[in-house]
Amino acid sequence: MIFFLTAFLVSVMAAATPLLLAASGELVAERSGILNLGVEGMMLVGAVVGFAVGHRTGSTALGVGAAILGGMGLAAVFSFLTLNLLCNQIAAGLALTIFGRGFSSLMGAGYVGIAGPALPKLNIPVLSHVPLVGPVLFGQDALVYASFAILAAIAWFLYRTHAGLVVRAVGDSHDAAHALGYSVKGIRQLATLFGGAMAGLAGGYMSLAYSPLWAENMTAGRGWIALALVVFAAWRPARLLGGAYLFGGVMYLSLYVQGVGVPIPSPFVSSLPYLATVLVLAIISRDRRRIRLNQPACLGKSFHAVA
Amino acid sequence: MPIRFEPRGERSTFWIYASPVLAIVLTVLGTGVIFRILGQPPMAAAYTFLVEPLVEENGLAALAVKAAPLIMMGAGLALSYRANVWNIGCEGQFIVGAICAGGLALAYPDAPFWLLYPAMIVAGALGGMITAGIVAFLNTELNVNEILSSLMFSYVAQFLLLYLVTGPWRDPHGLGFPQTAMFSDNATSPMLMEGTNLHLGCVVAPLAAIAVWILLSKSVLGFQLRVVGEAPRAARFVGFAERRLIWIALMVSGGLAGLAGMFEASGPIGQLTTNLSPGYGFTAVIVAFLGRLHPVGAIFGGLVLALSYLGGDAAQIDLGMPNAVTGIFQGILLFFLLACDILILFRVRVVSAPRARRQAAE
Amino acid sequence: MTDGADQPYLVLTGITKQFPGCLANDHVDLRVERNEIHALLGENGAGKSTLVKIIYGVMKPDAGEIRWQGERVVVQNPAHARKLGIGMVFQHFSLFDSLSVTDNVALGINDPQDRMSLRERITEISQSYGLPLDPGATVHDLSVGERQRIEIVRALLQKPKLLIMDEPTSVLTPQEVEKLFHTLRRLASEGCSILYISHKLEEIRALCDTATIMRLGRVVAECNPREKTAKELAELMINAELAAPAAARASASAGAAPRLTVDRLAIASPHAFGTDLKDVSFAVAPGEILGIAGIAGNGQTELMEALSGEVPAGGAERIVIDGAPVGQLGPRGRRKLGVCFVPEERNGHGAVTSMTLSENTFLTAYVRRQLARIGLISEHRTLDFAREIIARFDVRTTGPKAAARALSGGNLQKFLVGREVLQTPGVLIINQPTWGVDAGAAAAIHRAIVELAERGTAVVIISQDLDEIFLLCDRVAVIAGGQLSEPMPVRDASIEQIGLLMGGAGAMKQAERALAD
Repeated sequence: MIFFLTAFLVSVMAAATPLLLAASGELVAERSGILNLGVEGMMLVGAVVGFAVGHRTGSTALGVGAAILGGMGLAAVFSFLTLNLLCNQIAAGLALTIFGRGFSSLMGAGYVGIAGPALPKLNIPVLSHVPLVGPVLFGQDALVYASFAILAAIAWFLYRTHAGLVVRAVGDSHDAAHALGYSVKGIRQLATLFGGAMAGLAGGYMSLAYSPLWAENMTAGRGWIALALVVFAAWRPARLLGGAYLFGGVMYLSLYVQGVGVPIPSPFVSSLPYLATVLVLAIISRDRRRIRLNQPACLGKSFHAVA
Repeated sequence: MPIRFEPRGERSTFWIYASPVLAIVLTVLGTGVIFRILGQPPMAAAYTFLVEPLVEENGLAALAVKAAPLIMMGAGLALSYRANVWNIGCEGQFIVGAICAGGLALAYPDAPFWLLYPAMIVAGALGGMITAGIVAFLNTELNVNEILSSLMFSYVAQFLLLYLVTGPWRDPHGLGFPQTAMFSDNATSPMLMEGTNLHLGCVVAPLAAIAVWILLSKSVLGFQLRVVGEAPRAARFVGFAERRLIWIALMVSGGLAGLAGMFEASGPIGQLTTNLSPGYGFTAVIVAFLGRLHPVGAIFGGLVLALSYLGGDAAQIDLGMPNAVTGIFQGILLFFLLACDILILFRVRVVSAPRARRQAAE
Repeated sequence: MTDGADQPYLVLTGITKQFPGCLANDHVDLRVERNEIHALLGENGAGKSTLVKIIYGVMKPDAGEIRWQGERVVVQNPAHARKLGIGMVFQHFSLFDSLSVTDNVALGINDPQDRMSLRERITEISQSYGLPLDPGATVHDLSVGERQRIEIVRALLQKPKLLIMDEPTSVLTPQEVEKLFHTLRRLASEGCSILYISHKLEEIRALCDTATIMRLGRVVAECNPREKTAKELAELMINAELAAPAAARASASAGAAPRLTVDRLAIASPHAFGTDLKDVSFAVAPGEILGIAGIAGNGQTELMEALSGEVPAGGAERIVIDGAPVGQLGPRGRRKLGVCFVPEERNGHGAVTSMTLSENTFLTAYVRRQLARIGLISEHRTLDFAREIIARFDVRTTGPKAAARALSGGNLQKFLVGREVLQTPGVLIINQPTWGVDAGAAAAIHRAIVELAERGTAVVIISQDLDEIFLLCDRVAVIAGGQLSEPMPVRDASIEQIGLLMGGAGAMKQAERALAD
């Protein structure tokens, strides 16, 4: 029993981590007012770039670094299109996803089915042997722990630093921020790049730790789920943790159920996370007042500087 | 930065038409670069990708066949996007439409053609409309963002299809492949030309695009959709009901996607398989943008993107390149399309550094 | 109370600023002494906002010189202005709704220290100056008056020597106004001069030591407001001569049944920081022009939305048109009954700027002019009607296929007014008919309104422009804080009285009582 529970928890953490990473980055971007629908594309680019570099160099650390850069690169394109060329954010985000899928398929074509380097589990001595708690809390790979640390850092940044306050202000009213002398464009660029870095990292996690291999469209919609997670979390970091683990649980459950041989046709179970996402969105969005209170008021709106 | 964008004051008519063309040119160049990186001589590869599919035997017919679903979906999306309703779930609506029509075909293979085929058409459209209708309900009643919900349903629809073709609807004589039996002749779209795959859908698609165009530009309803998309406050001012219009936008684009699915399943493919749609849903988004969100422009956009599919196949067969070249072409195209659009509203000026400093100081 | 021996704080010489199509400031001179409360008086479009934005560093003048405490300066940006000791409280607040008072203050000052000491300083300043604020409160829970206090405290934290206040009292209750004046007097006596922008004459006479009056970008007078009557100030501000009220016009048919009746309309505003309407009642006879005067933000938008049907009126009987209760009808139903509307915002509300004039014609006229057949737009008829509007109202444009955004403000407004007038409505309601419109177009619009009334239409004009109201209207009522005063005949009213009524709902009751004596 304990064994099952342990395995369950460990796997849920693994499933939740990419969601948490990607959603954390998107949360920061959205707090500054940027709606980047290209999370799926950035994750895929991060995954393929991370895997390729990891495979070539044999180093997962370099792979992870490359994944981050890959996500940031794509985010830079988005930021250029929306902040410099004033493109519609929705269209630009879709373009990112479509390009990301195409690019990752192309670049990953040669890596399908090849085993890649895997991020090692940390397995902290002694502690990781404690029954149940041990492997769950102390036997994960570095990125799992990093996801917690990053989320905590984001929470601290947004709520305890002046810079984080400025980010939130820009998302609340870009006109007022501009009137007070803040560079709306610059702040949004940085937030977008951070979102891209995190999405890339999430993708890198998938191809270097979760699987670890490369398969076409391996993120299977996790990027979109991450976007829904930000709404679910009402743009607050603490709730993001709960949401990511809830969805991680649902995603893992669907795999587990199939593996165990429960007589439910596997496609039904596979569609569970996506249906759950819709359900959650329906419950959360219904409360228009709560959404209005928590959603950054300038989310998705282009900023035109009026002198 | 020595480049400055100056607002033109009004939209440049020239660039409204030139921008997609420029985007295509840039995309071809960009894809050429990628060919180079993959070790192929760019010119020869570009020829294989873009020209060969057209000049080979029955090439134009193949183009029309590939373009039909794209045109139908693209036209529907053009209408939806003009109303500011971002239906991204065409893939799912396409699949459900195919499933509904296919279900009828498999259940009544011996029904007379004049009964079965129109019923399939209706079923296909209804399937897409219902799928999109759920999105509309979630949006108008529960305030759920239509982008996320329509996308989620795309994934669900794919799983539904997978379940059906590997489970209850699997062809017993199909050697275990994930596909249904071939549809009977009574359930297959009439072919239009010997030796080609040209089917009824290839004619219906551009007609549907024209119908959507007439709806959007000539009817009161279409006017309401456009006003709601461009100036929601004005729409409220004159009493256009936003909710009803959101429903209509989704039902039209969903219905057309479902119809496209029906034609595709009962035409060139002839059965239900998991390969029903090589990502048509996302491609249709690009078709809509390439056509400047104009339903008739979707015809042009559909043809261009159909070419990219044929080109990808040709590149794979003749040059041994991965099929993913298609995806990259499409992605780059959308990027350049969005980027070139700025030329419609802004003029590009290269400013010398001292002048830039002087201007900034003012 | 000027300290003669010391230098004035601020001297502006020859400030000029040109915008495309508009000379906002034309060689403006201004002088603010220390310990002085200096009024900057003028109508909308007089150039006051531009001038103070230049002082605060939001924009740079094309010509002219600024001397601050005797030294020539070029104010680079607001942060620089704050460093120099110039603070500003904008008319439209730069506040972030979802953040706390302390956060908002921290974002608006030059160097925010740690939270704790900032909270203490906020509490200290707000209490000592009579502007109580809870540093932990979230802005969207606060009233408009409380929000203004945040802006003021934010400015005071920088220890300014000159505090610019842009139309501060348009959003305050009379009690809050008193408190504010108390604070400002104290600041002035402590060495912080005030530059007070307003067009509320009584307040200026009560508060300010000096007044500089601007009109159309130029300084037209400088005086001590206490030595002038409100009427004299108004005349300086508006025009040398006040146009005589339109008594010669064929007036409303006495005794005829009113075409528009509004009965105790009360609506909660659907907008964030809107103004709720309370107990609004009035009636308009055929051929009568009723003016509703008031400063923007006192419920005009809500009233317009209730009348046009955008917002339900809360009861069918609340609004009656030609005897039919329409309170529950939507805009289309009301148009069918013969009510036409011109909202205050041309862009995106009255017209869709990206669409052609012909399409914009169809937008409101398709019901009354039958521009659609079997669900299809009749292009022919729509173009014809659009051409008619263009011709009759002298709209300068290339034709009905021109995009609305290509027209100048005045021409677009002429078009929109013409669009409604030519639908021969029984009732016409216009919000700010000539806002942002050049004199020629304004005159044409006025003519059209008067002609329409002469043919028996009941007209309601909501306007901030007192000139316009006195020129056109038979009766005038004042809207303030969501409440409407009792309409009075224009020939019996004066600018002074209207100004008093505009001063606020509380003042309104007092003023009405005073007038009745």
